[in-house]
Amino acid sequence: MEILFYICAAVSVLAALNVVLQRTPVYSALSLILVLCLLAVIYLLLGAEFIAVIQVIVYAGAIMVLFVFVIMLLNAGREVPSERSRLARWLGVPLVIAFLLEVLWAVWNQFPSGTAPAADFDAGPAAIGHLLFRNYVLPFEVTSVLILVAILGAVVLAKKEE
Amino acid sequence: MATLSDTELFLLVTMIKIAVVMFVLMTTVAYLSWLERKVVAHIQSRWGPYLVGPHGLLQPLADGVKFLFKEDIVPLEVDRVVYWLAPFLSFALAFLSIAVIPFGGTFTIQGRTFNFQITDVNVGLLFIFAVTSLGVYSIVLAGWSANSKYSFFGGLRSSAQMISYETAMGLAVVGTLMIAGTLSLRGIVDGQSGTWVIGTFNTYLPRWNIFVQPVGFFVYLTAAVAETNRIPFDLPEGEAEYSNMVTVSCLATLLFFGGWHGPLFGPGWLRMLLPIFWFCLKVFCFLFFYIWMRGTLPRFRYDQLMSFGWKFLLPLGLLNVLATSFVVAWLSA
Repeated sequence: MEILFYICAAVSVLAALNVVLQRTPVYSALSLILVLCLLAVIYLLLGAEFIAVIQVIVYAGAIMVLFVFVIMLLNAGREVPSERSRLARWLGVPLVIAFLLEVLWAVWNQFPSGTAPAADFDAGPAAIGHLLFRNYVLPFEVTSVLILVAILGAVVLAKKEE
Repeated sequence: MATLSDTELFLLVTMIKIAVVMFVLMTTVAYLSWLERKVVAHIQSRWGPYLVGPHGLLQPLADGVKFLFKEDIVPLEVDRVVYWLAPFLSFALAFLSIAVIPFGGTFTIQGRTFNFQITDVNVGLLFIFAVTSLGVYSIVLAGWSANSKYSFFGGLRSSAQMISYETAMGLAVVGTLMIAGTLSLRGIVDGQSGTWVIGTFNTYLPRWNIFVQPVGFFVYLTAAVAETNRIPFDLPEGEAEYSNMVTVSCLATLLFFGGWHGPLFGPGWLRMLLPIFWFCLKVFCFLFFYIWMRGTLPRFRYDQLMSFGWKFLLPLGLLNVLATSFVVAWLSA
């Protein structure tokens, strides 16, 4: 089980790097799909089958399809590297390093022994349904309405004027 | 025979199960193409394949050999990686979903009980939906990578079709899930054993979901035909659709037709194997239905297909969910 985790983790980090470094947008999107699927495998290893499957259905199967659609419809070819801005080099790189160090420090402080205790909770569909429709029903419904409004807005904007 | 440890036994049995299931699936897929040509030929008053082997039975093998020796033509300026990846993806995903399909009850070796199923995931149904939702990529990537406007638009249309009908298909099975109260395919089938009893009156009708979810079944079957890209919704065309057909037929059997439940009789070994026979028989009926439909129905135009999916199937599926949830709530109150 552990070896499976290390393989998935390593490949997903490599694929995630490929998302950023890749110059062909379609390959970037495909790498992102790979990352999402590997994350699902890691959820599986944690014993959260429902979350793993939902991860694949929602992110890899629905959202990324739209990404790939848009990339293909726009016919995005290879990216041409822009003139590297000086701001990115002198401000961006140190900030990224600082951020990484901060994350490392936080993780280290939280789990000095190097292993996180396995969380003891029920991640099944019934438990998540109870949480969503009892404890958090208002935020859940508000988010749904928000998405609905966004869809309607998109339809109105996309509709041609008569 | 030396006794094996539990882990060894589990590994051995799983390996054998995978090998047997893959062998059966591959053979089914190969002979499905033979059956399709034969049945469609007879519908149209022809003989169909007749030359290779008795009744053309060796035709799939001959086709396989022919494909092996064919020249691989790669068009100019294609995106090589994606061009090869797309068909690979389409087949891998088509075979993947069979892993969670249960096809019989249980059997016992050395005091340990095993399922007639490669693996029993407790969200088996969602697993299949996840795999089918990834199947869209194989088509959209194949269309894009060929670097031609025609195949690109074909790919876009087909993937739009698959996404649209996936929604209806998902809604169609919600009613069944509410009745079963579980996402495990084994659990759904277990809920359909026995006969319908109204009060104290035994109807002798098998307790299959089709009798309480006819609308759900209709929506599922129609959406499934579109999802597997068969006539009358067959804009894209590919060999992996045979394997998808098997999966969808298995799912229809499990969700609406009681899976492997059927009359049991005879000695112990027969009682163990009969469920598998009933399951295969039901799946075969669905496969035949698919082929029959292909020989009978004309093809939909693309805009008709989209408006049918969004304006008829989807609302029907939603109404079915609404009605079922009211009845389930009323019965449990």
